[in-house]
Amino acid sequence: MNLYEFSYGIIHWLVDLVNHLWYWLGSWLPGGLGDFFDDVGNFAASHSNISVFAIVLEAIIMFVIILVNVLNFIWIDRKFMGRMFDFYGPYYVGYRIGGWLQNLADGMKLFVKEIIVPAKADRFGYLLAPVIFVGSSIAILAAIPLSPKFAILTSPTDTGVPAGVLFAFAMFAIAPFSILVAGWASNNKYTLIGGMRSAAQMMSYEIPLLLCVASVVVLAGGFSFFEVVEAQRTVWFAIPLVIGFVVFIICMFAEVEVQPFDLPEAEAELVEGWTTEYSGMRFGLFMMTSYLRGYCAGALITALFLGGWIGPSFIPGPIWFLIKAYIVFVIVEWARWSLPRVRIDQLLNIGWKRLMPLAIVNLMIAVALKSLGWF
Amino acid sequence: MAEMWINMGPQHPMTHGLWNLRIKVDGETITDAEPEVGYLHRGIEKICENRTYTQILPIADRLCYGASLSWNHLYCRTVEDLMGIEVPERAQYLRVAALEMQRIASHLMWLAAYAADLGMMIGFIYAMRDREIFIDLLQSLTGSRITYNFCRIGGVAHDVPPDFERDSLRACDYMEKKIREYYDLYEGSKVFMMRNVGVGVLTKEDAMNLGVTGPPLRASGVRYDLRKDMPYESYPEIDFQPITHPDGDCYARYCVRMEEMLESCKIIRQALQRMPKGKWRVLAPRNAPIGTGLGRVEDPRGEGMMYVVGDGTDRPYRLKIRSPIFVTVSAAKRMLVGYKVADVVAIMGGLDMCIGEADR
Repeated sequence: MNLYEFSYGIIHWLVDLVNHLWYWLGSWLPGGLGDFFDDVGNFAASHSNISVFAIVLEAIIMFVIILVNVLNFIWIDRKFMGRMFDFYGPYYVGYRIGGWLQNLADGMKLFVKEIIVPAKADRFGYLLAPVIFVGSSIAILAAIPLSPKFAILTSPTDTGVPAGVLFAFAMFAIAPFSILVAGWASNNKYTLIGGMRSAAQMMSYEIPLLLCVASVVVLAGGFSFFEVVEAQRTVWFAIPLVIGFVVFIICMFAEVEVQPFDLPEAEAELVEGWTTEYSGMRFGLFMMTSYLRGYCAGALITALFLGGWIGPSFIPGPIWFLIKAYIVFVIVEWARWSLPRVRIDQLLNIGWKRLMPLAIVNLMIAVALKSLGWF
Repeated sequence: MAEMWINMGPQHPMTHGLWNLRIKVDGETITDAEPEVGYLHRGIEKICENRTYTQILPIADRLCYGASLSWNHLYCRTVEDLMGIEVPERAQYLRVAALEMQRIASHLMWLAAYAADLGMMIGFIYAMRDREIFIDLLQSLTGSRITYNFCRIGGVAHDVPPDFERDSLRACDYMEKKIREYYDLYEGSKVFMMRNVGVGVLTKEDAMNLGVTGPPLRASGVRYDLRKDMPYESYPEIDFQPITHPDGDCYARYCVRMEEMLESCKIIRQALQRMPKGKWRVLAPRNAPIGTGLGRVEDPRGEGMMYVVGDGTDRPYRLKIRSPIFVTVSAAKRMLVGYKVADVVAIMGGLDMCIGEADR
């Protein structure tokens, strides 16, 4: 049973439950009105209607699961950082579960804070930017499956979004646009520089990133996550495409703006970069979304290079997927807290002069392996 | 992109303290820079004119939160010069040991802030953690943790507490081990080297002409260390070397400070071993003679100088403080122009700004 059938079943059961009452009500009503009740009930119980609601339910289930995972990620980040830095990390709020509730407490604090729009800000752009940023980042989740059966599916035999890899990276690439809008609309010199940096950084790192994705797609022979992961049954792509794997991870650091490459929000020189002028829950959403993008980065690395949900079968596929994503995330955090920040020109140098040729070499290796018939 | 002025400060994470660096940027490249200090002016020089010599002691502590003992000591030296007091030998060695501990603590705080400036949070935490050991040592010696108020006119306030020598030697051993770890953490990181080597070059001529002193001057290749060139207290009897580095960039400043910490450990060991028994304080007269006194010391941040004019009463007629950072920061433009916005934090962080003494 996959997630579609599960939620279809739930919706079907709910509709049946309501319809019993509904038909019973209709049977008490006189002729024409009773027929109308019957029609409504029949429409509600029709396959097309139930499948629409089933997909909505799937989306909600996936979103909640990922959101809980994102809370876990923030907690792991803080705990892990604390352990690295010789302190305990979150401790008192929810001390029986290791301070896990600290995130909720911080979120609550951000909720009650005043939301300030700077007087000279471009109001439309200022308010639009978080919507685009958060919306596009959450849209990535629609494409990333946890396993072929645990994804947003549209039929019992579906295996996930066709061309899901393309969709995920397209959604990933929208964020710099919103960052640029946010930086410009805040009408502040630091946010402006942050936005410009973000644009330059994303532009130069998107290309090696997509070249690495292209090499994976060449080997897998398909654009959906199902095909990509199933092609790694024999060997993970991280092994033949080790160059691409490393390049991809470095590019992902830049894409999700974590420490060695967090130039758009470099706190030492640009205060908080492009988020400087955002306060309250808008800032909270930015923070949460950046961790959400951290999850997406881990999930994409897992799916494209580390064999996704493939693993010994005593642990179910989705759990394997999450374990791998968590490990990738912890490695990202490790580098994040122990490396200084690079400078913008050095960042662009690394992107164009180092990673780009490596990504092309990697693509050539992938094409060679494919044409040799090894994959 | 058009050029624009950016105010970095007075409230900005880059500024350790309350000062303003105005930079003119063309895109990301700095074309002009203009440091503005004075936000933390407390009128200490004027306050001192209305206090007795004893009352000024704790005020001198407040000049710099990073190295308060150094300023306290400088004030005592100046007034001793005015009054013509000979400090007992034990007090001299005690002062040297305490000053070098203060120097290590100050350099460690610089290292912590520098790491945080460059975005390396782990360096911040580790350096602050190890600074704590020297703060604890100073606390056991002086009784407080940030404004020590330890030196007195004519000696020091207390003798050493029990086991102080043992603890200090252990702390030095620990520090020497930790500095090797820091070398791994900092220089082992390619990114750190990228951010430092060749950044913010200050030539030897510029450094000397602009009056830069302390680690930034020695990092430009000038062997100028008042502990060696104009020795005070018991420094002449102690074997150590002033650290210089020829490059004059941020990495050179980093190297100079790191090696100075190792030298300081050596000095602490020697000072504690050679410390004679005896008095640690002589009594000073209440009223100073008519005349002037001058004190110059090698502060962790550069050359600190005080000039005091006595008029025969128990209050100074005038007390002038020469702050190293106030002079060093004037080299900001020379160092910054041509580099990127992100280098501002590396270059200005490398100077170890302390606004308390710069604004006085």
